[in-house]
Amino acid sequence: MKMESVLASKGPAVVTIGPTALLREAVAVLVKHRIGALVVVDSGRQPLGIISERDIIRSASAKPDFLYLAVEEVMTRDLVCASPGDDVEAVLRTMTMHRFRHVPITENGTLIGIVSIGDLVKAQLDAYRGDIHTLQTQLMES
Amino acid sequence: MTTSPLRVAIIGAGPSAFYAAEQLLHQDGLDVRVDMFDRLPTPYGLVRHGVAPDHQKIKSVSRAFAQVAADPRFRFFGFVEYGKDITLADLKTFYHQVLFATGAQSDKRMGIPGEGLAGSHPATAFVAWYNGHPDFCDYRFDLSQERAVIVGVGNVAIDVARILCLSPAELRATDMADYAIEALSNSKVREVYLLGRRGPAQAAFTNPEIKELTELSDCDVIVAPSEVELDALSQEAVAEANDRALDRKVELLQSFATRELGGRLRRLFLRFLVSPVALHDDGTGHVSGMRLVRNRLVRSETGTITAEATGEYEELNTGLVFRSVGYRGAPVPGVPFQDRWGVILNAHGRVLDPETNSPIPGEYVTGWIKRGPSGVIGTNKPDSAETVQWMVEDAHAGRTFQPDEAAGDPEQRLIRLRQPRCISFGDWCRLDNLELERGREQSRPRVKFTSVDEILQALGK
Repeated sequence: MKMESVLASKGPAVVTIGPTALLREAVAVLVKHRIGALVVVDSGRQPLGIISERDIIRSASAKPDFLYLAVEEVMTRDLVCASPGDDVEAVLRTMTMHRFRHVPITENGTLIGIVSIGDLVKAQLDAYRGDIHTLQTQLMES
Repeated sequence: MTTSPLRVAIIGAGPSAFYAAEQLLHQDGLDVRVDMFDRLPTPYGLVRHGVAPDHQKIKSVSRAFAQVAADPRFRFFGFVEYGKDITLADLKTFYHQVLFATGAQSDKRMGIPGEGLAGSHPATAFVAWYNGHPDFCDYRFDLSQERAVIVGVGNVAIDVARILCLSPAELRATDMADYAIEALSNSKVREVYLLGRRGPAQAAFTNPEIKELTELSDCDVIVAPSEVELDALSQEAVAEANDRALDRKVELLQSFATRELGGRLRRLFLRFLVSPVALHDDGTGHVSGMRLVRNRLVRSETGTITAEATGEYEELNTGLVFRSVGYRGAPVPGVPFQDRWGVILNAHGRVLDPETNSPIPGEYVTGWIKRGPSGVIGTNKPDSAETVQWMVEDAHAGRTFQPDEAAGDPEQRLIRLRQPRCISFGDWCRLDNLELERGREQSRPRVKFTSVDEILQALGK
């Protein structure tokens, strides 16, 4: 299964934030959309980094007034991006191994989506459920 | 909650449509009626017109679908085309919700020069042709060619390769369309090439499908040892995956390289690490061959092993090419489409307004037109469950179309007015029995009626 089949039924919206936004703004956006990470983009929508709940928790433990830090001071800069044609299984393994939970999807350098580890686990689970259902149907009918 | 019962129209009658109908009808405490429409007279979509005719066991899932259709709250209207016989505006008058399950009706293109030459076909057209799809039964494929080349190593590609290699006796044991059995029995194709962009460890086909190739009575399978040897990246990926099925797949493919040839009539060449870059014109607009580039494997940032061209080329002569690089969804009239993925614009099955990205009340999507072409038949069950969950939640919240409660029954007030010859599920059962009966006479699983005229005539419509 490819990443594109996960993206196809997620809708086109990618929630982003600018690098100079404050963390309290980032928190509000995360809460509003009930998500765990935001892609940080410049004015041309080129991804600069990603800011996740983890990054925010880390800064909260370091600085009491963390809510007034700029997103760019806290975000993870070395972004790992996936392509629509990447295999879901390979991406899942990479995310598990390197312990990150969100991966932006880019095509020719442009941000076109983001998936969470939850999206990928669900996709894999549905794929396995589908395989099992098909096998069971064949066994019952034979 | 809307005024009961909840009336749902499903457009399409393939697996995702039936799984959704089943799940709607099984909702506790939901008073629901389901009307299912298909532009073809027959139900079951790709189970009838896509699954290989020598894979009857896979088609047996249609018996479960027939049980869904037996529910008195369910009706089937075949030979009624959405966008032509009935429109979205019509449906909004009679139904609370519409679920689009139209599948992926067209194919992806390779995007290389010469793709449109005569003799170069989508594999999906060949599949539809040999399965007796009404839209494809007048197609012609030049089976006087000695060599056929199939681009791709997915399930469709391997089906096409196997069908091209079946003996007349093997062909006659299937429910393939009669005209296709005749054409394939007289086929002059002796060499079939399957071209995979990546290596054996990345090929999409499954082990049972590979094993089947070894059981063909008229065909030897040939693999070059150098192309099934794993490069360092693939070795590492196979070791990391720790997947017995994958280990077995690689072993099986490697075993072809050392296998004794049986001197059989046909030869099936499995090629890896090659991509076509152009098809050649013989001067009359017909394909005469293709240029292939050899690939090496590289690993992307997220760990996917992808093919990269080496700059080393070879030529392969052929007058018959099937591209099997995937199905693709086609836009549905009146419904937002997301061209990038070839799907109806949606989030988890709710159709979205492209202006606001928020759900359009009453419109839903499931199956390949929702997620793109992926998975097996059963994958549509969890997929439909997700959509149905939203349909039920939205119905309870009153987020539906507001049909005209005085409009009456759509069967009499809409459908039969627009398409008097529409096919009921009872009609289909009669046709099914006729086909099975014709099959019994010839010791075959079924003998299909193929063109729409033939089907309507058989039913006395």
